[in-house]
Amino acid sequence: MQSTPRQTTRGPTFSHRVLLLFERLSANRAAAKLVYSSSVVFFLFIVITPAIAGIVAQLATLPNLSLTVDVSLRMRNAVVSSFIVGLVVSSLDVVAGIPLAWLIVRRRSRWTTVLDSMADIPFVIPTVALGFSILEFWSGPTGISQMLGDGPVVSAGMVLIMLLHFAFSFPVIVRVMVGELLNYRETFEVAARTLGASAFTAVRTVTLPILRPAILAAFLLALARSLSETGATIVVAGTFENGVVFVRNARDASLSAAVTIASLVLIVTSLLVFAAIKITVPRFRFAPLKVWPRLERELSRSTVAMARNISSLLVFAIFVLLPCLFIAFPAVEAVASGVLGEAFASAGPWTNYWSSMLLSYLVAVLATCINIAFGLPIALLISRNRFGRQSTRILDSLVDLPIIVPSLALGVSLSFFWGNMGALPEFWVLVLAHTTITYSYFVRAMAAAIQGIPVELEDAAKTLGAMPLRVFRKVTLPLTKYSLLSGAILVFTRSVDETGATSAVSKALKTAPVLLVEWIRGTVAVTPAERALGVGFLVLTSFLALVALRLIAFRKEKT
Amino acid sequence: MPKLEVVRVSKYYGKIAALDGVSLNVKDQEYVCIIGPSGCGKSTLIKCIAGIIQPDAGEIFIDDQRVQHISIEDRKIGYVFQDIALFPHMPVRDNLAYGLAVRDRKPDHITSVTNEMLDLIKMRERSKSFPSELSGGAQQKVAVARAIATGSRLFLLDEPLGALDVLVRAELRYELKQLAKDLHLTIIHVTHDQEEALSIADRVVIMKQGRIVETGTPAEVYLRPKSLFTENFVGETNILRGEITGTEPGHCFVKIGSWKVSLPRSEGKVGDRVVATIRPEFLQLRKLSGESKLTGTIKQVVFLGSITRYSIETEAGFPLIAHQATASGFTDFKAGDTVTIVVDEKHMLLFNSPAQGLEKELALEASA
Amino acid sequence: MSKRFGKIVALDRVSFNMQSGEYLCVLGPTGSGKTTLLRLIAGLLKPDEGEISFDGKSVNNIDAHNRNAVYVPQQYALFPHLTVLNNVAFGPLSRGKSENEALEIASKTLEIVRLAWRGQSYPNELSGGMQQRVALARGLASGASLLLLDEPLGALDARLRLELRHRLREMVKEAGFTAVHVTHDRDEAMSVADQILVLKRGRIQDQGPPRRIYVRPAGIFVANLIGGANIIEGVVESASVDSCTIRVRGGTTIHSPPAGIAMNQPVVISLRKESIEISNQGLQRGNALKGKIQAVRFLGNSREYLVRQANGDIIALRRFQEGFEPAFQIGESVTIVFQKDDVMTFAYPPQGLRKELEIE
Repeated sequence: MQSTPRQTTRGPTFSHRVLLLFERLSANRAAAKLVYSSSVVFFLFIVITPAIAGIVAQLATLPNLSLTVDVSLRMRNAVVSSFIVGLVVSSLDVVAGIPLAWLIVRRRSRWTTVLDSMADIPFVIPTVALGFSILEFWSGPTGISQMLGDGPVVSAGMVLIMLLHFAFSFPVIVRVMVGELLNYRETFEVAARTLGASAFTAVRTVTLPILRPAILAAFLLALARSLSETGATIVVAGTFENGVVFVRNARDASLSAAVTIASLVLIVTSLLVFAAIKITVPRFRFAPLKVWPRLERELSRSTVAMARNISSLLVFAIFVLLPCLFIAFPAVEAVASGVLGEAFASAGPWTNYWSSMLLSYLVAVLATCINIAFGLPIALLISRNRFGRQSTRILDSLVDLPIIVPSLALGVSLSFFWGNMGALPEFWVLVLAHTTITYSYFVRAMAAAIQGIPVELEDAAKTLGAMPLRVFRKVTLPLTKYSLLSGAILVFTRSVDETGATSAVSKALKTAPVLLVEWIRGTVAVTPAERALGVGFLVLTSFLALVALRLIAFRKEKT
Repeated sequence: MPKLEVVRVSKYYGKIAALDGVSLNVKDQEYVCIIGPSGCGKSTLIKCIAGIIQPDAGEIFIDDQRVQHISIEDRKIGYVFQDIALFPHMPVRDNLAYGLAVRDRKPDHITSVTNEMLDLIKMRERSKSFPSELSGGAQQKVAVARAIATGSRLFLLDEPLGALDVLVRAELRYELKQLAKDLHLTIIHVTHDQEEALSIADRVVIMKQGRIVETGTPAEVYLRPKSLFTENFVGETNILRGEITGTEPGHCFVKIGSWKVSLPRSEGKVGDRVVATIRPEFLQLRKLSGESKLTGTIKQVVFLGSITRYSIETEAGFPLIAHQATASGFTDFKAGDTVTIVVDEKHMLLFNSPAQGLEKELALEASA
Repeated sequence: MSKRFGKIVALDRVSFNMQSGEYLCVLGPTGSGKTTLLRLIAGLLKPDEGEISFDGKSVNNIDAHNRNAVYVPQQYALFPHLTVLNNVAFGPLSRGKSENEALEIASKTLEIVRLAWRGQSYPNELSGGMQQRVALARGLASGASLLLLDEPLGALDARLRLELRHRLREMVKEAGFTAVHVTHDRDEAMSVADQILVLKRGRIQDQGPPRRIYVRPAGIFVANLIGGANIIEGVVESASVDSCTIRVRGGTTIHSPPAGIAMNQPVVISLRKESIEISNQGLQRGNALKGKIQAVRFLGNSREYLVRQANGDIIALRRFQEGFEPAFQIGESVTIVFQKDDVMTFAYPPQGLRKELEIE
C-alpha cells in the first residue's frame, strides 16, 4: 500500500481559505444566479444587441437612402454572386471533404494522423495570407503559370475567389466530418453488410443518411465562411464583385448609402437562406431504396477505393495544401534578398507593420480573455440545460448569430451602434467587435466538450459533497481543459485573422491583416519582397498556434 | 443445409491471442450456445465466421466451402447484434425489406416477404413505426426478422438479448428457439447468461481466454462437466480442496478438512491434491441426528423465492452453500442452527488440482 | 412525492419509509421511475409534489452536496483523470477534510473492498468488477450515511453478478450504511434486500420483505415479476368461508383460499411453478389436473415441464434435483397436483391482463 509522506499538519493557508469562501459562494443560489445572469446580460447587450441595434438603426435610415440605378444593379449582382459562389463552393467542399475525412478515420495510421493535421492548415493561416498565397500560386509569375508557360492560369476574379473559398472552407468540412465519423456506430454499416449490401451500398444507404444532419451542419458552416470572408476575397477579387467586395468598394468610394443598404441586404438574406436550409432539408424523407447491386459491387472493390483515396489526396494537395503553403516561397526569397534586416530595424513601412502586429495581438488577447470569462457560464448553461428547455433553445440559436452574419456587415452594424454611442474610443470598439465575432467559436467548443462529459460524473461529485465551484474545478475543468485551450487558440487565431469587421469598424487603427491587404493591393507602396515577408511573419505566428493546437490534441489522446 | 466447420482459427491483437486455435463443428439445424466470461473470445469467433474480422490463422468452411475470401455480404449469414442496430432513419417495414432491396429483388416479392415477416413477429400494425418508437424487445424481434427475411439459414446471434430487461429475456429466448425450429435454422448464439444457454441450446460451448474449454449438451455440461472451470462457470457450485488418502480399484478416498468421502476415480495416488465439487442443490439439510456423517452450523439464510440459500460452516472445517427448494418443506432452519448435511454423493465430482492455482483457473475476468 | 418531466409522470405519489441500516431494493422494469426516485433522494432533482425527509427533517430545500446521500450511477462514474485512491478520497476532501485525513480514509476503505493494492491505477486500467468495487468504496468513504446504488451490478456479466451480489451487501452492512439499491433483476433483489419496493410506471405496486412479497404478492403484476408464475384466467364459481372455487377454461375448477371476490366476477390466478408436483398416483392435494407433457426445459438446477391441459391451457412446473435424464418424457400423461394454499387469486385487472403485465 502506498502511503503519503507524513506532513506536519498546517492550518489552512490564506489561499485555501479564499478558495473555500468561493466554493461556499458557488453553492449559494443567489451568487450563482448573479454570475449566470451577468454572462447572459453581457451576451445579450454586448454581443447581440449592438449587432441587431445597428441593423435596426440602419433600417431606420433606409427611407432616406437612395441609390443610383447602376449602383443598385451592381449591388444586386454582387449579392447574388456571393450566394452563387457560396453554394457552389460549399457543395464542392462537401463532395471533396467527406472522402478525405473517411480516409482519415477509417484508415487510422501514423500517416493519416499527419494528414489530419495538414487538413487544418488552411484554417489556421490568416485568410489574408491565404489570399495572397493563392493569388501568387494560380496567377502570379512564380506560381503554376511558371510551369505551364503561357501567363496566369487563373486570373483574379470569380474563379479565383471560388478556388480561395474552396481552400479555406475545406478544413471546416473535414473537421466536422472526422468528428462525426469517429462518433458514428459502425455497427449500422456492418449490419447492412450482413444483410447483403456491398460496402458502397451500405455507406450510401445507411451511413450517409444517418450522418445527414452533420453533413448539413458542415455545409452551412462552409457557406457561412464563404459569405463572410473579406480580407482574402478582396485580395483575389480583381474587378469582380461579390457582396463583401462591393461593400468594401462602396466604402472606399464613400457611397455610404450603398454600404448601409448592401450590408443590410447581406445580413437579411444570409439569415433567410440559413433558416430555409435548416428547416427544409431535415424534412426531406429518404427516397425508397433503389439499389444497383452489380454496379455498386464494382464500386466497392478495393481498387476503386484506392482510386478514390488517391484522387481525394490529389484534390487536397493541388487545390488546398499547395496553394496555402505556397506563401513560403516568396517569403523565403525575401529573406534571402536581405529584407530581413530592414524589417527588424523597423525601417520604412515596417514601423507601421510592427505596431499593427502589436495591435492585432493585443486585441486578440483581450478578446480571448473576455470570451473565456463571459462565455464559460453560457457554455455551461447551454450544455446542461439549466435555464429551462425553451430559454436554452433560444440562447442556443442566438449564439450562432455572429457566425451566420457576414463579418463585414456585422462590422458596419457595430460601428453604427457604437459610433452613435459616441463615447467609446476606437480601440475598445475594435476589441468588442472581435469579441462579438469570435464569441460563438469559444462557446460552441466549450459546450460540445462539456456535453461530452457524462452528467453522471458531475452528479456523483455533487452527492459526494462537492459544491458547484468544486465540481467545476475538480471534475468539469480537468476533463475539458484541452477543449478550453483549443477554444482559446481558435478564438485567438480568428481574431488575429479578422479583416472584415475590423476594416468596417476602425478608420485610424489598422490591425496587421488590414494593413497587409493594403500592402498586397498596392494602396501602400511596398516591394514584393517586403510584402512576402510581411505575410510570412503573420503566417509564422499562426503556424505556431497550429503546432500548439496539435500538441494539445496529442496529449488529449494520451489520457 | 448450412453446416459450419471452424478449423484452428486464431486471431491476435498484438501479443494477446483473442482466439487461439479454436475448432468447432456445427451440424445442420443445430442450436449452439457459446458462453464464457468477458474477453474469452466468443464475440471475436462469430465475427470471424461472419467475415467482419479476418482471422490470422485457420480455416472456416460453410457447407464445405472455404469462406476466407468471401466478403461479408456474400456469406449469406444472418447476424443479430447486441445493440440491435436497426437503421434509425427507416421505419420497420423498410428495415425488414432492406436485405431484399439491396439484392434488387422485384417489388412484389419484397412486399410479400416483408408482410410474411411482419406476421411472423406479429407486428403488422407497427410497420410504419420508427425503431426509436419501439420497446427493446420489439426492436430485437424486428432485427431478427430482418435477418430472416434475406433467406439465410445460418444465424449468428451476438448476445441478442443482452440489452433487454431480465423478464423480457426470459420470454424472448424461447421464442427464438421456436423460431429456429420452425424455420429450420442453424444457430450459433453467444451469451453470457448461462441459464439462457442451458434452456435453449442443443449444445453448449464453453470458452475461456481464446480457447474452447469444453462442449456438450446442457445436461452434460451442468451435471458431468469435464473441467473444473466449466463446473464453476456454469451455475453455482461448492469448491472443496482435498487430498487423496487411499485408493481402491475404481474408487478413492478423499479427505476434505476432517471429512472423508469415497468417490469414483480411476487414477490418482495417495497424497494427490484434488478439488471436489458439489452443487448447492445436491446438499440436503436435516435436523441434527446422531448418525450424521457431516454436520455444520448455519451462518446465513437468504430467501430467494423458489429456493432458500444457506451458508454453512461445517464441523469438518470448510464452508458450504446449500440450496433448499422452498416448497420442499425443509426450510425452517435459522442462522445459528446446527444441522445434518446429507450429500448426494453421486453428483459429487472430482478434479485434479489446477496447476496454475485455483484462483487463476476459475478467474471470471481477465484481471487487468 | 411526485415528479413530472413535461407531460410524462415519472413518479406518481410515491411514499415509503426506511429504517436506518436497512437495505432496500427498488425493483421494477425499465422506465418504472427507479432512477428518477434515486436522483430525487440524492437531491439531483426536485420533486414537483411531496416531501423527502432524512431522520425526520425535510431535505427538500437542501442541495445535493449537503444531503449526506451518495449517488452511485450505473456506469460507476469514476473520475477518469484521477487515480483510484484520489477517486475514493474525493468525498472526504469535498466535505472539508485535510488531504492527509482524506487519503487515510481512502486507504482504509480500499482495504475493505480489497483493492488497496491498485490505489495508484487509473479507472480505465481496471476490470468491470474492480471498477464497481472502487465506486462502492468511494461511496463508503464519503462520510455520508445513505448509499444510493443505481443498478450497481448491471454492467457485469451474469456469472460475475452472481458472485458479487452477496459481497456487495456484506460490504454495505459491514460499513453500517443504509442503502437503496435499484435493479430490474428479481433474483438480485431477492437475495440482497431487507425490504423490496416494487415500482411500475411510477407507482408503488408492493412493499415488504422478500419472503412476504414472494408468498403473498399484492397483485398480479408483482406475482408475475417476482417469479415463476403460471397465470390463468377464470371466473368465481362459488365462495365459502374457507375456500374459493374458480372455474377456468373448459370447465375445470381450481380451489384457492378465500379471495373476497363475489361470484361470477372475473379473476386471475397465479400459481407458482415450484409449488406444483407431478403425481402419477393421482393423490388428492386440494387440486389435481390431468394433462400431457408438451415440452421439457433444462435450467441447470431444475427442469421445467410444460403440461398441456385438456382445455388447452399450458401449466409449467419446476422440479429441482432432477437427474441427468428428465423424470418425465414428452407425450407422457401425468396428473399435476398443488395445494389450495399455493393458489393466489386476484381480481381481474380493469385495464386488461396484457396491459397489467406489460413490462416495457
